[in-house]
Amino acid sequence: MPKFLTSINAISWYFLFPVIFIHFFVVMFPSVLSLLLCLTDWNGFGRINYVGLENFQELFRDRVFKKAVKHNIIWTVMFLTIPVIVALIIAYLLTGIKRGQLFYRLVYFFPYILASIVNCLIWRYIFHPRHGLGGWFENQGIDFLAKSPFAMKETALYAVAWVDMWHFWGFLVIIYLTGMYQVDDSLYEAADIEGATKFQKFRYITLPMIRPIFVLSLIIIIIWSVPTFDYVYILTMGGPAYSSEVVANHLYSQAFQRMNVGYASTIGVMMFFYVGIIVGFFAILRRMGWEV
Amino acid sequence: MATARFRQRSSYINHAILIFMALTIILPLLVLAFNSIKPSSEFGANPLGFPNEIRLMNYYDAWVNGNYTQIFMNSLTLVIGTLILNLTVSGLAAFSLAVLNPRGIQTIVVGLYLLVGISIPAQLFILPLFLMWKSLYLLDTRIGLIIIYSALNAPFATFLIRSYMLQLPTELFEAAKLDGASVMQLFTRVALPLSWPVFLTTALIVSLTVWNEFLFAITFIITDEYKPISSILFTFQSRFANDYGLVSAASILMAAPIAILFMFFQRRFIAGLTSGATKG
Repeated sequence: MPKFLTSINAISWYFLFPVIFIHFFVVMFPSVLSLLLCLTDWNGFGRINYVGLENFQELFRDRVFKKAVKHNIIWTVMFLTIPVIVALIIAYLLTGIKRGQLFYRLVYFFPYILASIVNCLIWRYIFHPRHGLGGWFENQGIDFLAKSPFAMKETALYAVAWVDMWHFWGFLVIIYLTGMYQVDDSLYEAADIEGATKFQKFRYITLPMIRPIFVLSLIIIIIWSVPTFDYVYILTMGGPAYSSEVVANHLYSQAFQRMNVGYASTIGVMMFFYVGIIVGFFAILRRMGWEV
Repeated sequence: MATARFRQRSSYINHAILIFMALTIILPLLVLAFNSIKPSSEFGANPLGFPNEIRLMNYYDAWVNGNYTQIFMNSLTLVIGTLILNLTVSGLAAFSLAVLNPRGIQTIVVGLYLLVGISIPAQLFILPLFLMWKSLYLLDTRIGLIIIYSALNAPFATFLIRSYMLQLPTELFEAAKLDGASVMQLFTRVALPLSWPVFLTTALIVSLTVWNEFLFAITFIITDEYKPISSILFTFQSRFANDYGLVSAASILMAAPIAILFMFFQRRFIAGLTSGATKG
C-alpha cells in the first residue's frame, strides 16, 4: 500500500468516515436537495419545473405563514423571559440552601426527561373543561373553565407554550446552577463584609459571573424555538383557525398533507437561513474574542 | 444574633418558594398517576383526587388493547439499533479526533461541518429525506428510522465522547504502540475500556431521545404494527379519547422505563443533557 494511504493522517480520516457518511446521507444531502427544490413547483410525483423565486414571492403573500412567523416570535419572546427569570431565581435560591437540594433539582428536572406526548396528555386533562380543573371547579359549583384553553383562539398559543415551558424550565435551572457554583465564594464573603443585600449580590456578583452560560442559554432558546413542533402538533394542530400555528407546523402540513414539495422546502430554507444567521453571528462574536 | 435570625427567616421563605415550584411539577404528575388507577366511572365525581376505588386493570387494558408487547418491542428495537449504530460510528470518530490526530485538520473540518449541521432544523430535510427513504424502501421500516436516529444523534455523541477521550493520558497509547498494537487495537483494547463512563452517559441520552422522539416517529412509520410507543400514544389519544384511565396508564407505561433509568443514573442524565446543549 502506498505510504499516504497508511499515514496516521489518512487513518484518522478512515475513522471519521462512517459518521460523516451517515450524517451526510441523512441530514446534509436532503438539506441540499431542499435548497434546490425550493426553486421548483414539484408536488412529489410529476415533472419538476423550475420556477425561480416564485415560491418566495408566494410565501410573503401567505397569510398563514405570516401568522406563523408572528407566533414563533411571540413563542421565542415568551421563552426568553418567563422560564429564564423563573430559573434564575430558583437556581439562586437553591445555592442558598443545603438541605434538600438534590430533591429539588431532581423534581425540577424531571419533566424535561418525559416525552412530549406524555406532558401534553397531562395538561390536556388538567385544562379539560369537564374533567381536570374544569371538572373539579364544576363539582364545587364554580364555572371556571367553560372551554379548554387549547380550544380558544385567544389562549391556544399561550396554553401550548405553558405546557412546553412547564417541561423546559427545570433544564435551565440546572444550567444556571452549574454556572453559579463556579463563582468564587470569596466574592460573596467580601460582599457580606460590605453589607450587600441578597439582591445586590445577585445583581453585581452572580449575574456578571454567569454571563457566558447565561448568554449561551439565550442563544439555545432562540435556536430551539425555531423548529418547535411537538407540543403544537399534539395539542392543537395549529388551531383553532391557525391561532396557534407555528412555522414548523405550517411546513409539515404543506409537506405531508398537501405534498407541496417546492413550497415546503421554501419554508424550510427560510428557517435554515434564520438559524444560520444567529449561529453565524454567535460564532463571529466568539471569534472576535467576545467571551460568551 | 439579628442577622442569624434574619437569615433563618429568609431561608423559610426560600423553602416556601422552592416547595411551591416543586408542587407545580409534582401535582400534575400525581394527577396522571391517580388517573391511571381510577375506574372510568369515578372521573366525573373525582377528577383530580386519589381514587376511591383502585383499578389496576387500566394497565392490563392498556397493555392488551394497545398491543403493548409489540409496541414496547418496537421502541426497544429502535433504541438498541440506534445505540449499536450510533455508538460505533461516534466512538470511531471521537477516537480519531481525540487520540489519533488531535491537532489535525480533521478537527477544524468536522467542527465547521457540525456548525452548519446544528443550524439545520429537521424541517429543512425531513421531506426530501422522506422521499429518499420511500425510493430506497426504507420508509415504514424500523431500520430506516434507526439510521435516521443514529445520524441525528451522531454530532452530540461524537463530541461528548471526544471531550472525554481527550483527557485520557497519551502515555497509555504510546506504551501500547511500543508493544506493537495496531490502530484498531488501540481503539478496542485501550480507548474503549477506559472510556466506558462516557459511553454509558451517551447511551443513556441517546436512549432517552430515541424513546421520546415524536416528529420522525410519526412521519416515517405508517403501519401500526411497526409504530414505536410515542406515535402509538398519539393515536391512542383519539382512539380512546374518553377513556382517561387507559390513556393515563399507557402514558405511565411509556414514562416508566425512562423514570427508572433516571432514578439510577440521575447525575449522568443531567450532566449528559446539559453538556450536550452547552458544548454542542
